[in-house]
Amino acid sequence: MKKQFIPFAYLSPTLFLIAVLSFIPIATVFYYSLMDNVIITRTDPTFVGLSNYIEILSDDKFLQALRNTLFLAIVSVIGHFLLGLSFAMLLNAKTLNPITKAIFRVIYILPWVFTASIIAILWRLLLNPNGAVNYLMSISRLADSPTEWLSSRDLALNTVTFINIWAGYPFYMVSFLAGLQGIPNDLYEAGKVDGASGVQLFRFVTLPQLKPIIISLGMLDFIWTTHQFTLIWMTTGGGPIRATEMLSTFTYKLAFSSNEFSLASTTAMVILALSLFVAIFYVRNQRLSSE
Amino acid sequence: MTSRLGTIHLTKILLYVGLVAGALFAGLPVLWMVASSFKSNTEIFAYPPQLIDDSFSFAAYSAVLTNPQQQRFFFNSYLVSFVVTLFTLITGILAGYAFSRYDFKFKSTLNLIIIGVQSVPPITLMIPYFGLIVSLQLYNSYWALILTYMVFTLPYAIIMMTGYFNTLPRDLDEAVMIDGGSSFIILWRILVPISLPGIVSVGVYTFMLAWNEFLFALTLTRTNDMRTVPVGIQLLMGQHSFEWNQMMAMSVLGSLPVLILFLLFQRYFIAGMSAGSIKG
Repeated sequence: MKKQFIPFAYLSPTLFLIAVLSFIPIATVFYYSLMDNVIITRTDPTFVGLSNYIEILSDDKFLQALRNTLFLAIVSVIGHFLLGLSFAMLLNAKTLNPITKAIFRVIYILPWVFTASIIAILWRLLLNPNGAVNYLMSISRLADSPTEWLSSRDLALNTVTFINIWAGYPFYMVSFLAGLQGIPNDLYEAGKVDGASGVQLFRFVTLPQLKPIIISLGMLDFIWTTHQFTLIWMTTGGGPIRATEMLSTFTYKLAFSSNEFSLASTTAMVILALSLFVAIFYVRNQRLSSE
Repeated sequence: MTSRLGTIHLTKILLYVGLVAGALFAGLPVLWMVASSFKSNTEIFAYPPQLIDDSFSFAAYSAVLTNPQQQRFFFNSYLVSFVVTLFTLITGILAGYAFSRYDFKFKSTLNLIIIGVQSVPPITLMIPYFGLIVSLQLYNSYWALILTYMVFTLPYAIIMMTGYFNTLPRDLDEAVMIDGGSSFIILWRILVPISLPGIVSVGVYTFMLAWNEFLFALTLTRTNDMRTVPVGIQLLMGQHSFEWNQMMAMSVLGSLPVLILFLLFQRYFIAGMSAGSIKG
């Protein structure tokens, strides 16, 4: 009896915090999503069932935010993967001496040291119509007139996606570096004996060996990117005219600009459902690979 | 033989071209941030742009460092991050000990919940947190941030601490147990002192997560004297003009704590980043 009690004594602060910071809030947000007339401080709600969900799912603005979020997440995952793997392969080259490798490794990790709001401000400086990127475009004759990277409806979503890719690849790179070092050299030797080319070694040894890392990174990154708020908020604020509106910024505006707490809770539940859906696959995948 | 030497040279050249291109891609924006922080605000968009120009000075830094409002942002960020780190370590060590050394009912369920909490979107929690913090009368206070930050620092800390304790042999515990020591003495006198490297790594990573937080700080504080660095930096975007050089100086200053911690504890950071992805 006493033995059973001891671990829970150690866990009590954690259990309390998880209840207060996670269980109760999620229950609350679910409750709000089924109500109308929710005002945070003076609650006088009426039960409306699923009508908030019907309203949100037939709202074009919401659907655009959902499309933008999926675009950002999917393109970012692909971009992070390509850059992260390329940089990891460069750093893993056998001819590189350790000091050169260490220096380049620190430079490549740099974007990861900066927080999203600082990254947003930095890129606003670089991508300013009179900024350094447009200068490089004009001297290399890629563009005649200054490009409005963040305030053009056609470009803004691609631009914020690019910034997000720049900011996030180092995590992949570091994980792939560890993964590459774990691949047994015998596999490459055996491949070479069989006359495999460099491309074939990459295709049939490197990629399959990295597959578990690739899958888990991709899913985690997808979840994290669908949560991205700061970068969007500080670069475009979701604009111009909703061109970069994400589920997170859409929800934030509903709640804290329009005071539509019940609708905001509904979109918040949709984001949660999207994340948990991917998280279930993630956990199942981890279980399978650890068995 | 010569053609073989040729290909070796060619791959080496290609390798270095790739390495340098990558370094420019990653490093140039950062270099530009530092360079711009030394310019005067009128020279920020000078044509053609120069890395270092005649206006080179530390004026932007002294402007940021002597402004009481900016000083307050830094003070707030340090205070909140330190307290969050402290509370997270205490809670995380206790929970990690239970997970590592005991078998109990619902252990795997609880473990799954802790992993699951990491995938809950902050924006989903934001709406109920707002109501919770207002009703606890903590709105626009340090406690509002300290309490809510624990939701994303604690799961990492527990997972990392459990992993660290698992690497320590149980013989140690048993030796103390035979001498009549209680389970708390085992933790406090034996496990905590030898886990110091693990505790430092969890602490460093927690500090970084708290230092970088934006959404909760934006929503749960209102007045400028409560803002943290990531939120406060916005205030330099004035109504009439952007103080670009000061924003860049503040970005450099605001990134220094994380950069220094990162350079000192590189391995630990990477372990922290991977904790979420490897364990499950």
